[in-house]
Amino acid sequence: MSDQAIAIDKRSGQFNGALLERLRRLGIALILPASIIAAWHLTAVSGRVPAYLLPQPLEVLNWLVRLVSTGELQRHLSTSIARAGIGFALGVSAATVLGVLTGYLLGWRRVVDPTIHALRTIPGLAWSPMFILWFGIGESSKYALIALVTFFPVYLNTMAGVAGVDRKLIEVGRVNRLSGLRMMTRILLPASLPSYFVGLRQSMGIAWIVLVAAELMGASSGIGFLLLDGQMTGRPALVMACMIIFALCGKITDIAISTIARHVLAWQDTLHTGE
Amino acid sequence: MFSAKSLVKSFDAFRALGPLSFSFGTEHVLGVVGPSGCGKSTLLRLIAGLEAITWGTMELDGDPVTGARSDIAVVFQEPRLLPWASVRDNVGLGLWHLPRAQRQEAVDAALRRVNLFDFADALPKQLSGGMAQRVGIARALVAKPRLLLLDEPFAALDPLTRVKMQDHLLDIVGDEVPNVLLITHDIEEALVLSDRIIVLDGPPARIVRDIAIDLPKPRHRTGAPFQAHKAEILETLFGAADLAA
Repeated sequence: MSDQAIAIDKRSGQFNGALLERLRRLGIALILPASIIAAWHLTAVSGRVPAYLLPQPLEVLNWLVRLVSTGELQRHLSTSIARAGIGFALGVSAATVLGVLTGYLLGWRRVVDPTIHALRTIPGLAWSPMFILWFGIGESSKYALIALVTFFPVYLNTMAGVAGVDRKLIEVGRVNRLSGLRMMTRILLPASLPSYFVGLRQSMGIAWIVLVAAELMGASSGIGFLLLDGQMTGRPALVMACMIIFALCGKITDIAISTIARHVLAWQDTLHTGE
Repeated sequence: MFSAKSLVKSFDAFRALGPLSFSFGTEHVLGVVGPSGCGKSTLLRLIAGLEAITWGTMELDGDPVTGARSDIAVVFQEPRLLPWASVRDNVGLGLWHLPRAQRQEAVDAALRRVNLFDFADALPKQLSGGMAQRVGIARALVAKPRLLLLDEPFAALDPLTRVKMQDHLLDIVGDEVPNVLLITHDIEEALVLSDRIIVLDGPPARIVRDIAIDLPKPRHRTGAPFQAHKAEILETLFGAADLAA
């Protein structure tokens, strides 16, 4: 066997090992949820708790299947995803630009930052009556609300990231005569990416939380509306099905962001990058 | 030929340096030694354009030095590599004004010079301390500067790597860089590399001794003339009485 072949063989061996390790970890992580579902099932079928208080897991699953087969889930979910997505995109874009500016320009920071911190103390949902007044009960007010709450974590982390870039690296830029935009793209932005991704993850989590609230308060579609519908019509299994859908949405978007982060930040020399 | 005239640097009421005047050009390497905190790093930062001069002027080959310039390069105490950029991109950082092909050519040449061509695509986290510092040296050499500033370039390395790098530095730098200014608190390092040594004391930094080192290179650290120079510098810094005691 040539050296190269040995090297490849070794690598695929490592790959199998890594796969096994990941499966093992997945198995460990599933022990607790599986036990909870089993206990839930046993309690529900025992009849000691009435079904209107605790639906059976299978009934919840049944609801999920029914929602998918009628196309109802797809319709409500796409509405919810659009709301979360558009609001998130708006909030994150504004936060990125403002965060970079306030992080980089001290004068600008002194003008803008105190006001933003003051606004941050207003609970996001407290804005919702005014937003409904200004933007109507339709989609715009929901975009605005989600944009607002996703703004703050990204803004704060971006600003802290840019303002906290190691002076020594900035000096490297200066002796190499980087200025303005070039200093920004070569040094300040890459250096602040780790904290930027922290902000993105926090914002995405908040986006889903506020989405439910917004849809509970006034909507005729969306998973939050479906959940409210389940409550109004006394179908706890539907409510729990919606809760599971929200959990999946939150988890999937979080995994997506952390996967992107792991690849973009592969240069980091840290313990357990991306865990 | 580099010259500084009546150079002064103050941070508010605190004077860190000067007035200080010196010039060099006929010697290849000028060593600057002095106790820590005496203001020798401030001197380097003024020449590199990282600090504004409070008073005085500097010239390189007749051009006034007023900020960072492409013909003055710096190697810092730490490698200071951009951790997200490959070795190649780190070395080419200052060549942003060149077209891609030319930049690539210059980077490749600089990497060969420090014997790291095979690591062009590696990330800084994959390098040892000595390798990382060689990338830092390549980054400084890539634009063929007229003046190379070295700020305690080997202080962060382990003793064995340090001696090795000291012995190889002049081979790497070569005659292409006409003037090298080496700031160090390691007197032996200054003696191994320099053709002339100025001894600073302070703050505010001022020149207390200016010594020509006419020993042939490569220099043997254990030779009698080498040790005599070392004693001379130590006596300047601490006084003969303190050394005897």
